[in-house]
Amino acid sequence: MASIELQAIGKVFPGSGAAAIRDVSLTIANGERLVLVGPSGSGKSTLLRIIAGLEMPSAGRVLIGGSDVTDVPPEQRDLAMVFQSYALYPHKTVRGNLAFGLRMRRVAAPEIERRVRQAAAALGLEPLLDRMPSQLSGGQRQRVAVGRALVRDPQAFLFDEPLSNLDPQLRGETRAELIDLHSRLRATMVYVTHDQEEAMTLGQRIAILNDGRIEQVGPPQALYERPASLFVARFLGTPPMNVVDAASFPALARGLPQHAASIGFRPHEVRLTSVAERHEVTGTIELVEPLGHAQIVHVRVDPSTRVVVVAAAEARPQPGAAVGLSIPADRRHVFDSHGKTLATEEH
Amino acid sequence: MTRAAPRIGIFLLIAIWALPLLWMLIASVTPESRLFGGAPAMPGAFVLDHYRALFAERAFWRPVRNSLIVAATTTVFAVAIGVWAAYALARLRFRGRAVTLSAVLAVSTFPQISIVSPLYLLLRRAGLIDTYPGLVLPYLTFALPLAVWLLTGFFRQLPGELEDAARMDGASRLRAAVEVTLPLAAPAIATTAILTFLYAWNEFLFALSFTLGPERQTVPVAIALFRGQYQVPWGQILAAAVVASLPVAIIVLAFQRRIVKGLTAGAVKG
Repeated sequence: MASIELQAIGKVFPGSGAAAIRDVSLTIANGERLVLVGPSGSGKSTLLRIIAGLEMPSAGRVLIGGSDVTDVPPEQRDLAMVFQSYALYPHKTVRGNLAFGLRMRRVAAPEIERRVRQAAAALGLEPLLDRMPSQLSGGQRQRVAVGRALVRDPQAFLFDEPLSNLDPQLRGETRAELIDLHSRLRATMVYVTHDQEEAMTLGQRIAILNDGRIEQVGPPQALYERPASLFVARFLGTPPMNVVDAASFPALARGLPQHAASIGFRPHEVRLTSVAERHEVTGTIELVEPLGHAQIVHVRVDPSTRVVVVAAAEARPQPGAAVGLSIPADRRHVFDSHGKTLATEEH
Repeated sequence: MTRAAPRIGIFLLIAIWALPLLWMLIASVTPESRLFGGAPAMPGAFVLDHYRALFAERAFWRPVRNSLIVAATTTVFAVAIGVWAAYALARLRFRGRAVTLSAVLAVSTFPQISIVSPLYLLLRRAGLIDTYPGLVLPYLTFALPLAVWLLTGFFRQLPGELEDAARMDGASRLRAAVEVTLPLAAPAIATTAILTFLYAWNEFLFALSFTLGPERQTVPVAIALFRGQYQVPWGQILAAAVVASLPVAIIVLAFQRRIVKGLTAGAVKG
């Protein structure tokens, strides 16, 4: 196992003017489980392929276990990768797929057999060893893809959206298994996803990418509570954070610095009040979505702004009713006109 | 519209295509004396005279042997070289890739007649006139572009992630190509080999121009030269035509699906 260090990585694909990765520096500690997350086109998969050696960076250096591997081809980096498409060898049996990496590394045949059996046992693949990939279900294929990475005991594991082709229930189970697997192996893992929920549950630390840059890195809870930018604030959490114009809501903006441009607050930190109670914003209920354990209430607060509130299941909000919104001062996030978070006294 | 109309159309088309073939088959077993009397394409007496004459008097096994050697050798070289050229064109990023591919296509569209003279001069200088290499090398001028073009299309259809996976598993680029890409391309390689063989087997102009006598003549040339000064031995010509069509017919019937796939490869995605 080894640490991975990215130093000022840049990537421009030939023929495309725009940079896919801009000046990304990131250190992934030995044994850490780090998630790269961002919308599509943010460069997260490209960054993972640069770590893997499948893409060459246009600038910067990649270090694995402290040694510079920027010019080392993928087959000599000793990393294992699980692909979104699984990329199982269609002409080889499950056994052949699992054994391939060991065979390429000239492991002796009895040792290959032992390690294939071990990995198959760990993933419940034993009855499938002689099947072809085309005879497997999606979930089984995914397991074989993980198994192929597992048999090798590599320096680090790379995952490129490995769960996105599974149905939601299986996805949840596999997520838990991956965490379990990580705590048993104590392996370095870099995991790419576009799903913020998956990122929150899987990452010991999360690096949020936007337009080829890292917006913020840190433990999931810290990013959720103290987003460094409007982008991070809106990316993490469902439903996403409400953001309103500071100039249009003076009651919320009171006491904030002059250059505060927008104010954000999470849907479940807003309290619905009657118009008579103390509140900062008034509005009209437009839509109520019951979820069972709670309900999502859409409140029109201004002709161009709608605020989403998560209300308790017992509340009986009626569409068309006038309501007050109360947002505790220490739960407000304040951003300047560039989307940077401004420090307020509460923080 | 009824369903009968298109069917009648199809039968008519098949009849138009098949009639000459049927005629050829029947005439090749009809005695010479009866070839020009009576209704055409009606089976009369059944004799194997023409075939006997073909192999005994004319030593027709010689052009058959020559054709087999030349077509097979051309196929082996075209596929062996074409696989790697196509792999590079489909998979590697290098300057001039698109230009190379269009050049390959351009070469294959040259009219053969336009390169016969220069090729003749080259082969004469090299002392290759009336030799097997003297046919295989010119054949590669059309067989290689054909193989490269077909195989490039096939390689492009294979997902690149499979090779990425092999490289992460520790295989070098070459090893990944040999272990993963080539086995998956096996059906495509077989199709390319079949098509190349058929083109080489049917080739006429080069074979006529670059051979001097029966020792190296191929089947199409030999048949064309049956015609004597005073008579045309139609029976034997048609028997020879049957022999020449046999490998083609067998290959096409055996590999029908693959050939169609090969001819339309890259035409649609999926």
